[in-house]
Amino acid sequence: MRLHLLALLKKEPAHGYELKQALEQTFGQAYPSPNIGQIYVTLNRLEKDGLVRSVDVEQSNRPNKKVYYLTAKGSEVLEEWIDSPTEGPRVRDEFFMKLVLAPMTGIADRMQLINRQRRHYLKLMRDLNRLAATTDPQNKVARLLIEGAMLHLQADLDWLERCQEDLT
Amino acid sequence: MTSAAAPVVRTVNLVKIYQNGGVPVPAVRGVDLTVEEGEFVAIMGPSGSGKSTLIHMLGGLDTRTGGEIWLDGTRVDTLSESAWAVLRRKKIGFVFQFFNLVANMTVADNVELPALLAGASAREARRRREELLDALGLTGRADAAPAQLSGGEQQRVALARALANQPRLLLADEPTGNLDSRNTNDVLRLLGEVHAKGQTIVLVTHDARVAAMADRVINLLDGQIVDDADITPRRSRSRGSAWDVIELHG
Repeated sequence: MRLHLLALLKKEPAHGYELKQALEQTFGQAYPSPNIGQIYVTLNRLEKDGLVRSVDVEQSNRPNKKVYYLTAKGSEVLEEWIDSPTEGPRVRDEFFMKLVLAPMTGIADRMQLINRQRRHYLKLMRDLNRLAATTDPQNKVARLLIEGAMLHLQADLDWLERCQEDLT
Repeated sequence: MTSAAAPVVRTVNLVKIYQNGGVPVPAVRGVDLTVEEGEFVAIMGPSGSGKSTLIHMLGGLDTRTGGEIWLDGTRVDTLSESAWAVLRRKKIGFVFQFFNLVANMTVADNVELPALLAGASAREARRRREELLDALGLTGRADAAPAQLSGGEQQRVALARALANQPRLLLADEPTGNLDSRNTNDVLRLLGEVHAKGQTIVLVTHDARVAAMADRVINLLDGQIVDDADITPRRSRSRGSAWDVIELHG
């Protein structure tokens, strides 16, 4: 979450709660919503590392609030993140390791493992269907996030089918 | 013969063997399948696993080599072609992979036809057609000919036609095979709605979004059922799971 917060602070200084709201509004309910505690812990670390700095702003009838802003170093780190390519598809796949090694263990056979994994994926897809149905159609970012997860799951299921054809 | 307790679909040791230049090619090898009233069953599996053959046999569009097929408590695998035609008209809605719309009729007439053939009044058939075309975002295409429609539109018209009759059993072969993501949403929504109202559905699909709408997902491999999974959601499921996927892949 560090870099996500830096990106939001690049736009304008903000306090912790504003950052939480900005994340929720942008990504919708599909995004694993950070709790406010996590956000403050992250902001503290960013400050310690010199990537952000904070100022106390006085409020009437309430405790002061801390407003965070990006430092030049924070800006550099952010730029580097934006400019570097993001991790591609997984070559090391935990399930595939299991699938290949399982027959040697005598604990489960491949057919059983594949069937169980498929059921798991289908249940995840069911959750995503529900999430898609309850997501604001105007929120393009949230819709694309869900659609991406669905496409990944479809690919995982197609690949599972290939494993079932060739390995059982 | 028909009893309320009988499953909508039951097959016993169902077998289909094609002859390919004198060489027997088994497509379906001993399938026992029971589908209760109101159930939504999705059939998945690699191409060549026998999915389409199975669903075609359930709709009487292909003959069985061995075994039995029962619909609504009546044995049907022994029926003549004409008896099957009557049965389909009365009880089955079928969505084909390649639509099979009547080319020289408008979209509206295509959708109304099954209801009219089954004896519905013109008014009732029209009402139902309007409802279905609306649900599938096709109201504006009612007077078009099938050839003027895109593949996705034709697929949705085919679904509307299959549902026009409120059939006892809806069978579909890859009902979203030709649809983009937005049109798939319309089909998913409609399937969910009719299923919630008690429609029994058996369909073949590659699309995990469609399969995930079902109560049960059956997996075929080499003409045999290798998994029959109940994926009905339980009430106390944690909501974390889908979020984890997003986080994992995001």
